[in-house]
Amino acid sequence: MGLLSSTVSVTRYRVEGEIEAPVMETITAGLKKNAISEIDDEDSDKSVGWTSFETPFTPAFDGDSFVIGPYLVFSLRVDKKTIPSKIIKKHFSLEVAKRMAETGRDHLSKKEKQEIKDHVIQVLSLRIPATPNVYDLLWSVEDGWVWMFSNQKAANEELETLFARSFKATLIRLFPYTIAELTADLSPEDRDVVAKLTPTRFME
Amino acid sequence: MLDVAVAYNRYKFLGFEFLTWLWYSIEENREVFNTIEPELTVLEIGNRLVLENRVQDALESITIKGDDAGLEEGLIALRKGAVVTEMNLISKFGDNEWRLTLKGESFDIAGLKTPESGPLETSEDIEGRLLEKVFLDEKAIQLVDKLYRYFIRLRISNDWNETVVPRLRKWLHGKES
Repeated sequence: MGLLSSTVSVTRYRVEGEIEAPVMETITAGLKKNAISEIDDEDSDKSVGWTSFETPFTPAFDGDSFVIGPYLVFSLRVDKKTIPSKIIKKHFSLEVAKRMAETGRDHLSKKEKQEIKDHVIQVLSLRIPATPNVYDLLWSVEDGWVWMFSNQKAANEELETLFARSFKATLIRLFPYTIAELTADLSPEDRDVVAKLTPTRFME
Repeated sequence: MLDVAVAYNRYKFLGFEFLTWLWYSIEENREVFNTIEPELTVLEIGNRLVLENRVQDALESITIKGDDAGLEEGLIALRKGAVVTEMNLISKFGDNEWRLTLKGESFDIAGLKTPESGPLETSEDIEGRLLEKVFLDEKAIQLVDKLYRYFIRLRISNDWNETVVPRLRKWLHGKES
């Protein structure tokens, strides 16, 4: 469900920390440096990086291509190779049989089996393309907030990690406590009262 | 500020109480919404309400689904000590309708449906369409924020224990206020 879908999911963040000036140059550099890299022809099983909102399979962050009105619009892409366990099992069994035939042994050690399994996964990873998942982002630099158009916990966590690495600023999720603490315009005294609250019992 | 992960768990009851208060206000105290957002014409519980109750170590979950579902089961669960963990809300500004599902503990917004924006005809339209869509999404999100800001101020005031909680208990247990 992307930003332009008729129905969207939104996870909201507050950006904590100053983006180093000149801000747009810092952000562009962070996006380019951490852009998604293709792993289809590599043995990696996962790749996480930024990509373009309009062309998620050909990331480009030149000029102001990711600036729309007062917002920065780009996407997080997480590519993952998932090898079905039955395929691993099949190739593992074939390799074990081949190794035993070659060496004339009737069993292999636990360590040898693990090595064969790792090798099988590595070889299969080269043959299986990664499945891309794209999560759109909207960033208001001026107001210091980011919306992620997904509620998936794993994607949220990837975003938080990559954002900190790319821009040296922290994303703080907005949930009941952080909204009260950061965005509800409460006085320090009121925030102290919030901190001391305990659950209400509505039962009689 | 507290560690975010610690704060998330320690204060998730605020989100549950907010949704409970919202339900009570929709049924018994609609005038409050005129104060919070004068342009709002309708605020209703939509087609999904989820409650949870922890009985000893077991977690009991009650989900009420459907456009015309009765909420009696939810009230019974509340009387037994359940909390509202998720609520689908319908809001209207004029004739335009927004729908969303809000999760109490995380304030994750799911299924946000805004009024229709114009069709996308050319790539140049994307910028305008996107800005319009963000404007429409923001309208619903700002409403949630305004409601929660009102709630949190009420929650830390003396009025909460002196007036709101007694009224809420009367509503819950079916008495006249």
